[in-house]
Amino acid sequence: MVAATPDLRPGRLEGDRSHRARRLGLFLALLLAVVAVISLGWGASGTSLARALSDLLAGRELAVQDRVVLLDIRLPRVLMGIFVGASLAVSGAVMQGLFRNPLADPGIVGVSSGASLGAILAIVLGGALPGWVAAFFGWYLVPVAAFAGGWLTTMALYRIATRRGRTSVATMLLAGIALAAIMGALAGLAILRANDRELRDLTFWGLGSLAGANWPKLLAGAPIMALALLYAPWLARGLNALALGEAAAGHVGIRVQKVKNRAILTVAAATGAAVAVSGGIGFVGIVVPHLLRLASGPDHRWLLVNSALLGAVTLLLADMVSRTVIAPAELPIGIVTAVMGGPFFLWILLRNRGVLDL
Amino acid sequence: MKRLALALVLLAGPAGAEGHPEARRVLSLGGSVTEIVYALGEEARLIGRDTTSNWPPQANALPDVGYVRALSPEGVLSVSPDLIIAEEGAGPPEAVSVLQSAGVAFVSVDERYDAEGVLDKVDAVAEALGVPEKGRALHDKLAADLQAALGRAQAVAGEPKKVLFVLSLQGERVMAAGADTAADGIIRLAGAQNALQGVEGYKPVTDEAVIEAAPDVILMMRRGDEQADAQANGGSSHTAAKEAVLAMPALAQTPAGRAGAVVMMDGLKLLGFGPRTGEAAVELHDLIYAGS
Repeated sequence: MVAATPDLRPGRLEGDRSHRARRLGLFLALLLAVVAVISLGWGASGTSLARALSDLLAGRELAVQDRVVLLDIRLPRVLMGIFVGASLAVSGAVMQGLFRNPLADPGIVGVSSGASLGAILAIVLGGALPGWVAAFFGWYLVPVAAFAGGWLTTMALYRIATRRGRTSVATMLLAGIALAAIMGALAGLAILRANDRELRDLTFWGLGSLAGANWPKLLAGAPIMALALLYAPWLARGLNALALGEAAAGHVGIRVQKVKNRAILTVAAATGAAVAVSGGIGFVGIVVPHLLRLASGPDHRWLLVNSALLGAVTLLLADMVSRTVIAPAELPIGIVTAVMGGPFFLWILLRNRGVLDL
Repeated sequence: MKRLALALVLLAGPAGAEGHPEARRVLSLGGSVTEIVYALGEEARLIGRDTTSNWPPQANALPDVGYVRALSPEGVLSVSPDLIIAEEGAGPPEAVSVLQSAGVAFVSVDERYDAEGVLDKVDAVAEALGVPEKGRALHDKLAADLQAALGRAQAVAGEPKKVLFVLSLQGERVMAAGADTAADGIIRLAGAQNALQGVEGYKPVTDEAVIEAAPDVILMMRRGDEQADAQANGGSSHTAAKEAVLAMPALAQTPAGRAGAVVMMDGLKLLGFGPRTGEAAVELHDLIYAGS
């Protein structure tokens, strides 16, 4: 495949920032490792990582509370933060590349609206389900419904936008807005039926949280996100070519339709799983890829990998704020990402107005 | 999946089967549970509360672990409770199961908006704390208060009055209480009937539905916060709220509007369904039937 494509970049050009992107990638990987360890030792309770490690090294049994806090609360939560952050950021980067639109995020392919409709229906109508269904899904009813909702919406949108084997991204954008409106209306109907408690649950779900992270959820969600994340770098060449426009991409030997298919599937899987386990966490999918484009250029070969790393770092940092700033209570993480991400992003935009030509 | 089903059964199983008189660090989740702990005189054992526990006022000084349905497991563990007494629906379930695996006793207390329900709640909290005598005393006092309310309710001649509980008037829209709400429960205990039939929960109602409901009395609550009152009731004082109600054409046309029957009570007392519910029912009864 690689041999069939002419190399479009003879030698290193003036604007080539790939060496910078590579160094940034290494730095981000190190940063992620550091942040993950700090995150594991950081929390509302007195449990400290150092003490637990010294206990373990001295051959002592961990105290029950330390064990529960470290292994059952923080560890799944940190891993979940890494997967969710990486998924949201990579999905954002892929969408922006595919739609050649800086505003694109996973929401555009209907994943978010479908997922929230699924979650809302599960929260509001869950009580009316026959007992065995409720017993079968248990706590997983909401995540499963969110995933199904996101996935079904994306597939519907994809079918609408595909004619004679060709997917029109413009149709998909517009149909996405129409579907989001329909989903919004259905969600509104469900909300009208909801009682107080359900309304509160809905509000909290919409703000997102990693507080529900536990091993079963992680084991259900992480493989899907991991597959999508591992596959994403294979989309890079196609997305790079698509930046020239669909026709030009076709001329340089990219099978455009195939790239579209795979990109949409990847995003639906990654975001669907992320939203299902953590609710609606906004802003990561937009801010992270743009920051990286500003720092090291739009080449997807690095952008996708670096987005995954920076997305994970961002979400871990946001989660550390979320679980300690009003401890022992918890601030929903969606608030943290928006409050910290919004002004920061604006500041970066203002500083780089000249560089940026979107 | 079997394990899941089992976990569910365990969660829903009979809670509070045994008392925990030894518990010294009690976390109370849910406004009415906290109020009962104070009424039992066991507040010295409390080390934390949730956001909805605002009565008595000194409860506000306790660390707040967040909203009762969106608990953070580590946040809860950080106040190191040895017993958690929670009103029904505390969660999320993942958090509750982690807390249980950390060895914290967890007692869930049922919530029903009737006389039996409050009494059962008092019994359950007293049992969880392992203070049966104090529990019995509080139970008897509350039962007597509820009996007093019942006596007045039974003394009402003819059709009970129709009461519309207006939660808020924000944006010229009436948000009122239907069935299955604390407001509906306390209106019944006070010997009246909820004017809004065929609706569940707190819902926005149309002008026509308000006229159709034809309430004899409009009931509102004080939130103990002038700004919140001004926003929700259209005025921070009783008089101002009354004016706001009567300024709305639909409400003004109802029997309550024509008679100017707009009554107001403290929200926590009115809707708390805790130890003050008997008194609240009597107080509400007297307000509703004041003119007749």
